[in-house]
Amino acid sequence: MAAGTGSGSTVSAIFSPVRIWLLLPSWVSIGFFLLLPVLLMLVYSFLTKEFRGGVIWEFSLASYDQFLFDRGLFGDAPAVMKWTYINIFIRSILQATGATILCLLIGFPTAYFIATRPIQSRTMWLFLITVPYWVNLLIRTVSMKFLIRDTGPLNELLLNIGLIDAPLHVINTNFAVQLGLFYSYLPFMVLPIYASVERYNFTFSEVASDLYASKITILWSIILPVVKPGIIAGSILVFVPSLGAFLAPDLLGGAKTFMIGSLVEDQFKGNAGNWPFGAAVSMILLSLVLVVLMFYVRAQQRDQT
Amino acid sequence: MTTAVSLHGVRKDFGNLTALSDVTLEIEDNEFFTLLGPSGCGKTTLLRMIAGFEGATAGTIRLFGDEIEHLPPNKRPVNTVFQNYALFPHMNVAENIGFSLRMLGWTKTEIQTRVNEMVEMVQLGALVDRKPSQISGGQQQRVALARAMAPRPKVLLLDEPLSALDLKLRQEMRSELKRLQRETGITFIFVTHDQEEALSMSDRIAVMSDGELQQIGTPFEIYEHPNNRFIADFIGETNMMAATVDTVDGLQVVCHLEGGQNLNALANCQIMVGATGILSLRPERLSISKTGSTSEVLKGELGDRVYLGTDTQFIVNLSGGLKLKVRMQNSFFQGSDFKTGDTVFVTVADGAARFLVD
Repeated sequence: MAAGTGSGSTVSAIFSPVRIWLLLPSWVSIGFFLLLPVLLMLVYSFLTKEFRGGVIWEFSLASYDQFLFDRGLFGDAPAVMKWTYINIFIRSILQATGATILCLLIGFPTAYFIATRPIQSRTMWLFLITVPYWVNLLIRTVSMKFLIRDTGPLNELLLNIGLIDAPLHVINTNFAVQLGLFYSYLPFMVLPIYASVERYNFTFSEVASDLYASKITILWSIILPVVKPGIIAGSILVFVPSLGAFLAPDLLGGAKTFMIGSLVEDQFKGNAGNWPFGAAVSMILLSLVLVVLMFYVRAQQRDQT
Repeated sequence: MTTAVSLHGVRKDFGNLTALSDVTLEIEDNEFFTLLGPSGCGKTTLLRMIAGFEGATAGTIRLFGDEIEHLPPNKRPVNTVFQNYALFPHMNVAENIGFSLRMLGWTKTEIQTRVNEMVEMVQLGALVDRKPSQISGGQQQRVALARAMAPRPKVLLLDEPLSALDLKLRQEMRSELKRLQRETGITFIFVTHDQEEALSMSDRIAVMSDGELQQIGTPFEIYEHPNNRFIADFIGETNMMAATVDTVDGLQVVCHLEGGQNLNALANCQIMVGATGILSLRPERLSISKTGSTSEVLKGELGDRVYLGTDTQFIVNLSGGLKLKVRMQNSFFQGSDFKTGDTVFVTVADGAARFLVD
């Protein structure tokens, strides 16, 4: 905090009448369009389902029960732990992790490259990164499907140059889903890392080199730790939407790669039509994400003290 | 005496720009050697070439007789203290100091011992667990020094290490650096644009300008016997006046100023009667009085005065439109006796006048 402004005046400045009026639109928007829908979902998850969508306003734990336990076809058998949905969660987490790692592997060098260009050309490179994102996500995902299918351009190319003898079976695999997620969210990885690397003081690399560090050591023990906040921010920005994605898993994955996003989508739009269960799954996902974020914030605070 | 660093015909071009041209010099082992010059004179480039961050366009750089041109920075037994310290922000003081030792594969206990030694040497005992952001600029400076000296480099390069500190701390660190150099016996190559720093710390100084060496010598030689106009002007303050030589006796000459005044002077090289050049007179080697004496005397009229605390500086207007700066120490001198417009006599101390050929 600046020496001139004591903490007392800062606090009173936040609660000055002008401040409150100026901040009101943001507070109302966030409250109404962000918090309220989540609260609504929380309430819905504890209601009773109406067939073909909708809810009956009657308190029920059935959705959470359905998530965790199997009570037989007619719901009267003794409760047995059910792995179906938990497995979908685990699979989703693995898929999102895979996508995040892919984004990191490609995104870091890309961001580093852009951040080390002459200052005039950086804007151009950043713009190029975002160009594909002017095209609708659905269109891009479908294009990816055409690209990687057994008779698609990728396989044709690899076959023609003799790198492979038989078409690589990529479509409808976990890897295809990760590839789709990677393509969907790469800029969310590149941009925060770029911002970090751009602020990185390259004298650190010179100092490390002067102190007998090799190039690889400089990357591992100096550059990566210093730009870590950007890497973590990028990873969160990729991981969280990947976890709830449904387009890429639907279009590229097929039946075996069913993810949380598709499960939820199915409850609201698809055949299942079970709103409370969809809401409950969403709430479980949200709690998971919040727990992860809380650990991250804790770690950040520890780092700074 | 062994030679620590020897540069021979070193040249550095950046595209069409020549940063250094034909630098040849030898730096002795155990020496506090300073590269002094205005910004852009190439002194930092020279330092970076010794460290290995820049390659030479031509010439050879030897370290204790071995050619090191082909070695990357991490293979050279020299370490650098950078201008803004550049302490690793994610490591605490001890980890910063021990970094090079980890790179060199020392064992944990060896590192621990050496780090403790260094921490003691630069008097940072209580701060080993702090991050760089949690200590002051002066303390960061000490950590940077300890970090660079921890691996016992043969030569320590210091790139304007004091320029980010405030005046008081800077003066403190001067004697501190001098002490460290004496105690460790490491050769220091110190880059600065601050002549006071250079004069007060160095065994020898190399003055540079426009990518060329101007003069190498002890602080005394550089200050008292500048061998050209640039050095006389750059180091300290001086009065520079055009002069013509009347008689020559070895290096001892008698010359006259444009106002017709005659003065004895020491020339910077062998010259002939009739040669023209610059007469350099240090203001503190001049004094004013109200009556003339028998030695070197210039008559003039007192102009402005500036009170400088320890000194008072007078401007004396000589005939021929020449202005002379005279600096008198206030301890033995009553400046109030002199008033603007008084006629005064300027006495030049013995051997204080230098004649520099253009």
